Amino acid sequence: MVYSYFPGCTLKNKAKDLDTYARKSAEALGFTLEELENWQCCGGVYPMAKDEIATKLSSVRALADAKAQGRDLVTLCSACHNVIKQVNNDMATDEDIALRANNYLKLDEEYRGETKVLHYLEVLRDVVGFDTIKEKVVNPLTGKKIAPYYGCLLLRPKKVMQMDNPENPKIMEDFIRAIGAEPVIYPLRNECCGGYVRIEDKDTASKRSAAVVGSAADFGAELMVTACPLCMYNLKNETVPVKYFTELLAEALGVKE
Amino acid sequence: MHRIGVFVCHCGTNIAGTVDVKAVAEALGKEPGVVSSVEYQYMCSEAGQTLIKDAIKNLKLTGVVICSCSPRMHETTFRRTAAAAGINPYMVEIANIREQCSWIHKDKATATEKAIILGRTAIAKVTLNTPLTSMESPVTKRALVIGGGIAGIQTALDIAEAGFEVDIVEKNSTIGGKMTQIDKTFPTLDCAACILTPKMVDCAQNEKINIYSYSEVESVSGFVGNFTAKIKKKARYVDAAKCTGCGVCTEKCPMKNVPNEFNLGMNNRRAIYIPFAQAVPKVATIDADYCNMLKKGKCGVCAKVCTAGAIDYKQQDEYVEREYGAIVAATGYNPISLENYDEFAYSQSKDVITSLEFERLTNAAGPTSGQLLRPSDGQHPHTIVFVQCVGSRDTSGCGKPYCSKICCMYTAKHAMLTRDKYPDTDVYVFYIDVRTPGKNFDEFYRRAVEEYGVHYIKGMVGKVSPRADGKLMVQASDLIANEQLHIEADLVVLAAAIEPDKSARSVATMLTASMDTNDFFTEAHPKLRPVESPTAGVFLSGVCQGPKDIPETVAQASACAAKVIGLLAKDKLTCNPCVAHSNENLCNGCSACEKVCPYGAITYSDKEFRMPDRTVAIRRVALVNPAVCQGCGACTVACPSGAMDLFGFSNKQIMAEVDAICK
Repeated sequence: MVYSYFPGCTLKNKAKDLDTYARKSAEALGFTLEELENWQCCGGVYPMAKDEIATKLSSVRALADAKAQGRDLVTLCSACHNVIKQVNNDMATDEDIALRANNYLKLDEEYRGETKVLHYLEVLRDVVGFDTIKEKVVNPLTGKKIAPYYGCLLLRPKKVMQMDNPENPKIMEDFIRAIGAEPVIYPLRNECCGGYVRIEDKDTASKRSAAVVGSAADFGAELMVTACPLCMYNLKNETVPVKYFTELLAEALGVKE
Repeated sequence: MHRIGVFVCHCGTNIAGTVDVKAVAEALGKEPGVVSSVEYQYMCSEAGQTLIKDAIKNLKLTGVVICSCSPRMHETTFRRTAAAAGINPYMVEIANIREQCSWIHKDKATATEKAIILGRTAIAKVTLNTPLTSMESPVTKRALVIGGGIAGIQTALDIAEAGFEVDIVEKNSTIGGKMTQIDKTFPTLDCAACILTPKMVDCAQNEKINIYSYSEVESVSGFVGNFTAKIKKKARYVDAAKCTGCGVCTEKCPMKNVPNEFNLGMNNRRAIYIPFAQAVPKVATIDADYCNMLKKGKCGVCAKVCTAGAIDYKQQDEYVEREYGAIVAATGYNPISLENYDEFAYSQSKDVITSLEFERLTNAAGPTSGQLLRPSDGQHPHTIVFVQCVGSRDTSGCGKPYCSKICCMYTAKHAMLTRDKYPDTDVYVFYIDVRTPGKNFDEFYRRAVEEYGVHYIKGMVGKVSPRADGKLMVQASDLIANEQLHIEADLVVLAAAIEPDKSARSVATMLTASMDTNDFFTEAHPKLRPVESPTAGVFLSGVCQGPKDIPETVAQASACAAKVIGLLAKDKLTCNPCVAHSNENLCNGCSACEKVCPYGAITYSDKEFRMPDRTVAIRRVALVNPAVCQGCGACTVACPSGAMDLFGFSNKQIMAEVDAICK
């Protein structure tokens, strides 16, 4: 199985681990991520403005390219996934945005939200299956207490993302079980890490990330996993080590270096 | 020769404001057959009706067309007027130029033109009207009440009091409903069981009342005054006639870990159980999902200890068919499931509970014998947070758009009682609005705030996070102080929205009674006929019609009983003469009409026909039972040969109307 793949800017520099281990694990699990040619930054934050399309165009280009290849589009970074999936939803449901974006882009074929956008975790759960992963694990992380960290963007808004219940999710918990470890379920796993506030107000952001990590530690976490480079940036200086979920997957599958 | 009178109503400015009524009367006066066309301010008034009566008599009218409001409003009024003046009431036609014209148009010219067309349509129809005579049908003097909660109980008691027989069908093993689970009742704080159980006993002892407990209505046929219901008496594996309710079996049964639904799963019961001490009927029931004897054929302890010999593992479901004149839906409610509200951590912490669970925790017959203890560790909670409107007034699609009406009052009750019994407890209530209309209700709420020191905070809780040490971190906003609050709570109580019981939908389908988008039964008129369903002979009692507290439920239940008594007191009912009939010369017996008839009014018989060549042929033809037919017209549309027709709405009349519109 081959998927069109949108890595996003951060995965090309600061978050190389998220990308590298995802590709290696994919091969081990029998699917390929084929990077879109000429992809551009997703924009970083989903633009809520209804009367402005410029910030949505790069996502539309990526979506249209995947459609031209006739493939589903896979993403990894929580922020890219959120932006691309929400823009895709706009193209399918908001006539005004779709019309103006198409008029501007003048694509060979009009784009109306036809591409299916999948997060890498969804591929693991819905296509590969966590049971299959369990069978392919060679180095199970037995006994390791791992806290999944969703952050705010991965699952919200629920109606658009349609991935899991944002208030009591289980996709990462099931993933952690599949690689042989024990998930730590703590209440702040879907709370904000501080996000971009870090740039302007370090203290506020630190309070948020300290609360998240503190909650995970209280429930006995030895390690945290995330799918988001920004969350990683905010959480990495706290008391519990944080890794990308793909790194642990590669480790369990025996393909890490 | 037709002599038709046209009467155009102004309805004050309701019609005259948008429709030029003079122009309408003038235009319709020129239609063929019309001998008089007048307008008047209020046709339905005494003076307006006199105008119609005088015209009928003086001008010898054969047909009357009233251009006014919807026929649902005043068709009966004007038919009576016509009958009083000596013509057949079915020679009256209504052109609805209010709801279907003046109220929905802004432009006077368009509205006037449409009103003329609608009037012309009614004239076209009335020229083809024929006088119709109503028939009569008898009334079975027995009522069926579906649901044995406080609503069903009160309705049944009132009907029985008037001397009519009543059957209560209750799906659980005892009557009493939700009120049996409630501890105290607002605003007087009397104990719910103390005021309810005497009524339950009254039901059991009343000669006129027959209780089918652990039973469900399977199907209903017939029509007002003449319903037949099939009732399924579910096997309870105990002979109700022999069981004395001693309870020995419920103590000896070895299956100890069955979640006790009476206490909302907060403790366990045995596989054979009596829900609570005051159950009516006080008869044990075996839960077939858990009984080892029924599942594996091993055990039999209850049969051994039963001195009355009441246990019967071979008992089967039993069916009873009974006839009724009236049916009451009293199917009640349930709190919604909280799966869409995981931010409150209901599924993640035992110490986040619903208000109904809180009732059980404070009830002497509950799992903690009335001690308010945390479900997780059995400790006394020192900080309690109540969250109102969980799923109520929610337009996000997760919950219910309506106000559940009872939560503000029961939360005030819970908060007050907690502070009264445990003054060392801090109590917070988060609300969107506090709604306490009702006799002595606002006084009650103010007592909670002013005398009992409950912290009422306007704002909603955003998240409840269970901490590793067992505390619940409540994050909320105080909208008046404009600040974020973080409260360390020991117990969080969610006032879950209420919704109609799931069984209501299938009951509605059986009764052909309509429901709204929230699955509450629709009343015949929201203001003027609040306890009747639009389906004749079907009445509504309690929360199945809309959220209500106990006093309101009881009031409505009695109002419902009054309507039932009014029906059962009649010996005969006048039937609607606008029913279907089949032209047997055209009918080819294809059964298309029978298949679409929702009332089972159509049967077939073999009839002899003389053929053109003087031979005799036997053909199968449709027959309509006019007493059962409700005149819906489905068969007239389905009939491929045009044999089915409806009195008062014949195919010819409808076509004439269409022609008049298209002219």
